[in-house]
Amino acid sequence: MTTDNHSKEIAPLSDPGIPEHVHRRTDTDPKAAKKAERQVAILFSISAIGTILFVYSYTFMSGDIFVFLPVMGSTNAKQLFLGLGMAISLFFIGLGAVHWAKMLMPDNEIIAHRHEFRSEESDREDFVKTVKAGAEAAGLGRRSLIKRSLGAALGLVGLTPLLLLRDLGPLPKDDFTKTSWKAGTRLVTDPGNRPIKPSDLEVGAVAQVLPELQPGELRKLENIGKDAVLLIRIRPEEFQLDAERLSWTHEGIIAFSKICSHMGCAVALYEQQTKHLLCPCHQSTFDVTRAAKVIFGPSARPLPQLALMIDADGYLVAKQPFTEPVGPSFWERDSA
Amino acid sequence: MSAKERAAGSVANYVDERTGAAKWMKKNLTKVFPDHWSFMLGEVALYSFIILLLSGTFLTFWFDPSMKEVEYEGNYGPLSGLKMSAAYASTLHISFDIRGGLLMRQIHHWAALLFMVAIVTHLLRVFFTGAFRKPREFNWLLGIGLLTLGIVEGFLGYSLPDDLLSGTGIRIAEAIIQAIPVVGSYLAYFVFGGPFPGEVFIPRIYTVHILLLPGIFLALITVHLMLVWYQKHTQYPGPGRTEKNVVGYPLMPIYMAKAGGFFFIVFGFTAFLGAVASINPIWLFGPYTPAQITAGSQPDWYMGWLDGLVRMAPPLETHAFGHTISWNILIPGLIIPGILFTGMALYPFIESWMTGDKREHHLLDRPRNVPTRTAIGVMSLTFMIVTLLNGGNDIIATHFGLTINQIMWFSRIGVLVLPPIAYIVTKRICLSLQRADRELVLHGKETGRLVMLPHGEFIEVHEELSPEKKWTLTQHEQLPQLEIAQENQSGVRNPKGLRAKLQQRASRAHQEQIEKPSAKDLLELGDGHH
Repeated sequence: MTTDNHSKEIAPLSDPGIPEHVHRRTDTDPKAAKKAERQVAILFSISAIGTILFVYSYTFMSGDIFVFLPVMGSTNAKQLFLGLGMAISLFFIGLGAVHWAKMLMPDNEIIAHRHEFRSEESDREDFVKTVKAGAEAAGLGRRSLIKRSLGAALGLVGLTPLLLLRDLGPLPKDDFTKTSWKAGTRLVTDPGNRPIKPSDLEVGAVAQVLPELQPGELRKLENIGKDAVLLIRIRPEEFQLDAERLSWTHEGIIAFSKICSHMGCAVALYEQQTKHLLCPCHQSTFDVTRAAKVIFGPSARPLPQLALMIDADGYLVAKQPFTEPVGPSFWERDSA
Repeated sequence: MSAKERAAGSVANYVDERTGAAKWMKKNLTKVFPDHWSFMLGEVALYSFIILLLSGTFLTFWFDPSMKEVEYEGNYGPLSGLKMSAAYASTLHISFDIRGGLLMRQIHHWAALLFMVAIVTHLLRVFFTGAFRKPREFNWLLGIGLLTLGIVEGFLGYSLPDDLLSGTGIRIAEAIIQAIPVVGSYLAYFVFGGPFPGEVFIPRIYTVHILLLPGIFLALITVHLMLVWYQKHTQYPGPGRTEKNVVGYPLMPIYMAKAGGFFFIVFGFTAFLGAVASINPIWLFGPYTPAQITAGSQPDWYMGWLDGLVRMAPPLETHAFGHTISWNILIPGLIIPGILFTGMALYPFIESWMTGDKREHHLLDRPRNVPTRTAIGVMSLTFMIVTLLNGGNDIIATHFGLTINQIMWFSRIGVLVLPPIAYIVTKRICLSLQRADRELVLHGKETGRLVMLPHGEFIEVHEELSPEKKWTLTQHEQLPQLEIAQENQSGVRNPKGLRAKLQQRASRAHQEQIEKPSAKDLLELGDGHH
């Protein structure tokens, strides 16, 4: 080797080139090749057995047999064997093909050459000339009136799909700020639509309620999505509320919107010991005793509180509508 | 000529006389592809997509994308007589009354999860080996597009059955739309045709899920593959592999058998999962109603990081001038994902700016040889893993006896602190591995064999590496740092000022490496020093 020891240039080691091809046993030994051929045939045959299993389970197996699978538990046998049959029939075709390729098809490495993607300089020049000539022929440079009016027309045409999409939905107007709750609306059970008396709730109890339906009225999901309220009863002395909010409760019964002030999930988990409400979606945690103040998690606002009172018949009713929008925030929302 | 050959010949002749296909086919049937297990990740994604098309088509034959309220009268007893949407009822019908229906639903869902796993691991392979470098930047961008669409497509797909869990996911999506400043509430009303949930979103997302997005997918995947074909596949470095060649096996017959067989293996594996592993048992969740929810509500895994980000967001909202801006939704739901995906899409261009390298590359990098890129990758991955873990914080809490609060605080701090640590540690590990490679090439492999020399000294015998191995460890190019003049001879500062300075620093960081051994180093060591 003649390397100049004084050279600053770092000489790389040399590329020894592609290693010599090593023959497989199947290349040299006809017996081994025959064996591999049989193996491939066996793999394909197993696939056929899988298809038979599939046909059998589809046609003859009853749909109400259950078998126990470790870890997975009780599983419907028909669906299990349909699936296993299908899995076997597909998987072993694949295995057979790969085995065939690996054992019996030539494994000599082949070299192909790459070429730079950049076009020849002359081609690039010709391309530019062609484009220029085309633009020139169309008169794009000279006829600015055409260019401008076409631009304007295309821009205007772009408006049509936008306009067509307008009827995707109505405008929200003040929908986001309104619910079905009005002064005097009775709280009713869901399901059941029965009005509730304070005596129906024991201390520690929690219930989901909705505004009472008027005769002939149908409950829509979109109403439930705004109207759902949680009714919770604790001992009145446990409240740490200001006078106004305290006056919204009744004998320890307090009502909050069930729709999370973060992203609108149902705040469904109530921890009786700590008097915390937890939203299972993102774990915003609200303290019932302090007007659903956020004590943990991503929500930035308490759950809106619904003012309660008793009507002439002794049933729980809303004293007034919600004083703030329920559910997640939105741009037009005007209250802290 | 046998009868068979004659028949095949006449068909071929018929086609060729009308298309001239023979010329193209003779060249491309024996096209060479390099072989490596990691090149199969993208294949898995492609095959999962085909499985999704097949199983999805089957499901559309019975699925009724309607929110019309019906009373359930099917075979599943526990829900009998319950009011539900036609979408949910038809999903139950597929699961319980159609033979193989549940299997197909489960195959479809498992294939979707696998699709996303394959896309993400394929992306990581491409990133860490530098396969995105010139001339493959277009394919990188197409890949990012496919990843993004995959997330959306998957989310829409599992929202279709209109069960309690999926409805909850849609509710959250609505809240994100609603939170967009100025236009949010209008957008939400346009998407849902009025107040949430309304009666139109299932048919709408159905059209998007089975027509619009699959169409775009097909187009993007086709271009993605055509580019791979045209630009020829990258290859790992090794003896005989250069920037000017591709070393591997021909399409016909090797890859037709191997890749074709692999499709069946992936399909068979997915069918096996569909057979034994229950997924999305919607009959247990019940129909959607906005007032109910189940504890442990979890999105599919590829949405987990987004959910985790939303969960860990601090409770920030701005209330001013009669308007509300929900930072607690916008930052984790839109801003951070936007930054992440933009950064990912731009990375090839950022790296080429840092290195000043504008040449074509077809030989892949070993991740250790590009410490900064590898460190950036592991840093981002660490960020994603912390957010993903936090997305499952409720499940982790119940399984490991922790409190939600502990996990949340770990994530909130960890998501800021751990990625930079991961960056530093990874970079150091890469440099150590480079040092180890250098050691191996110069002094050979430790054999564990001790020899006592005549004068009593013990030495361990080192075995010299084969020339092939030496070449593999030293073939990579070590780029010098950029030298960007910060001022010209007369002392006038570079007009690009700050940008030039930044580029200089980035280049310095990027080109930090252990000098690889050269032939000269080996020569200086001389013989007998193993």
